[in-house]
Amino acid sequence: MISCATTDVAGTQAVAAEVAALVVDGDLLVLVGDLGAGKTHFTQGFARAVGVDEPVTSPTFTLANRYEGDMVVNHLDAYRIEQFGDAEDLAIPELLEDGVTLVEWGNNILPALPTDRLEVRILLADDDDERCIEFVAVGERWASRLTELARRLVPWGAPC
Amino acid sequence: MTADRILGIETSCDETAAAVVRQGTDVMSSVVSSQIEIHQRYGGVVPEVASRAHVESIMPVIAQSIVEAGIDDHEIDAIAATHGPGLVGALLVGVSAAKAMSLVWDVPFIAMNHLESHLYAAFLEEPDLEMPLVVLLVSGGHTMLIVMEDHLRYRVLGSTLDDAAGEAFDKVARFMDLGYPGGPVIDRLAIDGDPTAIRFPRAMANDGWDFSFSGLKTAVVNHVRKHPDADINDVAASFQEAVADVLVGKARRAAQEVGAKGLCLAGGVAANSRLREKALDVCVEDGYRAFLPSRAMCTDNAAMVAAAAWWRLQADGPSPLDIGANPSLRLPVS
Repeated sequence: MISCATTDVAGTQAVAAEVAALVVDGDLLVLVGDLGAGKTHFTQGFARAVGVDEPVTSPTFTLANRYEGDMVVNHLDAYRIEQFGDAEDLAIPELLEDGVTLVEWGNNILPALPTDRLEVRILLADDDDERCIEFVAVGERWASRLTELARRLVPWGAPC
Repeated sequence: MTADRILGIETSCDETAAAVVRQGTDVMSSVVSSQIEIHQRYGGVVPEVASRAHVESIMPVIAQSIVEAGIDDHEIDAIAATHGPGLVGALLVGVSAAKAMSLVWDVPFIAMNHLESHLYAAFLEEPDLEMPLVVLLVSGGHTMLIVMEDHLRYRVLGSTLDDAAGEAFDKVARFMDLGYPGGPVIDRLAIDGDPTAIRFPRAMANDGWDFSFSGLKTAVVNHVRKHPDADINDVAASFQEAVADVLVGKARRAAQEVGAKGLCLAGGVAANSRLREKALDVCVEDGYRAFLPSRAMCTDNAAMVAAAAWWRLQADGPSPLDIGANPSLRLPVS
């Protein structure tokens, strides 16, 4: 596991941009964090870094948003899934065929997720604006990229 | 082209709904799946969000809307269905049903925009609304400030840059363990709370036309974490006040800027009592009409689809049958 302590939203978005520099089509990112941790902010920073111009808004009610930049970004939200229904409705395997997929509240539906993924855990800190962002590679697909990610995160904050 | 009786179908999100509306304003029937005993009919709880639930509900809901309208199938003159924005699987159910019935009954099919339909909810209860009209469309999935210049002619002044207003209500309520949906429960608690107890941020209040509610949500979370014994009524009232302040403040500025004849609320959050109160105050003070639709017309329904379709059909004619569902459809702007 690697981690990075950020002090504000801009820092979280800069970290997301570094992750974006390493993704390839078919990648899955699972965003985990309490309410207000900054999962949508992370996705905004990520999407901007891959050339998405339009505003990236919370997908909680739409469940899935699709953006086209230099690559396709699928932005999903499992917040309501445990409340209403079935993770199958998100059609994640189909989405993974095209672009990169980020799932907020992915911990709600872990059994339904492919085993190759990067888990991004955004943890609240004592100060209102501080966050600790942890990265865990699950499966082979991401393991080989974590070292490069750690190198890229150095300018943005110390490990926490 | 005109059609007297339009069957509207709405399946963009959690509700399966069908309605028959005459001449764009006369609601002959309006059925929403949560109102009928689908659970009993199918012997179990139906997960409303799933496309499967729409598949199971769609035919009974349509049949009921025709029965309640007191007409026969062949008296339907056109069929309109929401084709976006919304969940693609859910949208497809309504669109496919509408297309199939349009072929079988040989009547026009009209593909409708969910956001445009919400704007027409107002005209169902007040057919002679004068324009230009400033509409605040606030729901779980959308927060938009729209100028309706004339029928079918809109300008989007601003929208949310992160969370929708209704989403902020739901997430704050869930964080405080108040249950779902969050809007009504926060509304209720706020009655006994002091709206000035906590000064939550009013993001972008005087800055452009867009909205941002993510920071407010986080501010509430931070406050409750630091003050676990804070009075829950005060938190609810202060949060609700911040949301209503920003929404009504911007809508008021918009109304002044475009010389609006009225201010209209639409979408589920329009049922919030503090938002309605503030909107009404502003309209009385500034001297234009306030239009606050009933709760049934604020939330998703199919009567508004049929109402908007009446105007769309006249302007554009029927939609081609090869038109599909479009999950990220935008409001057609002039």
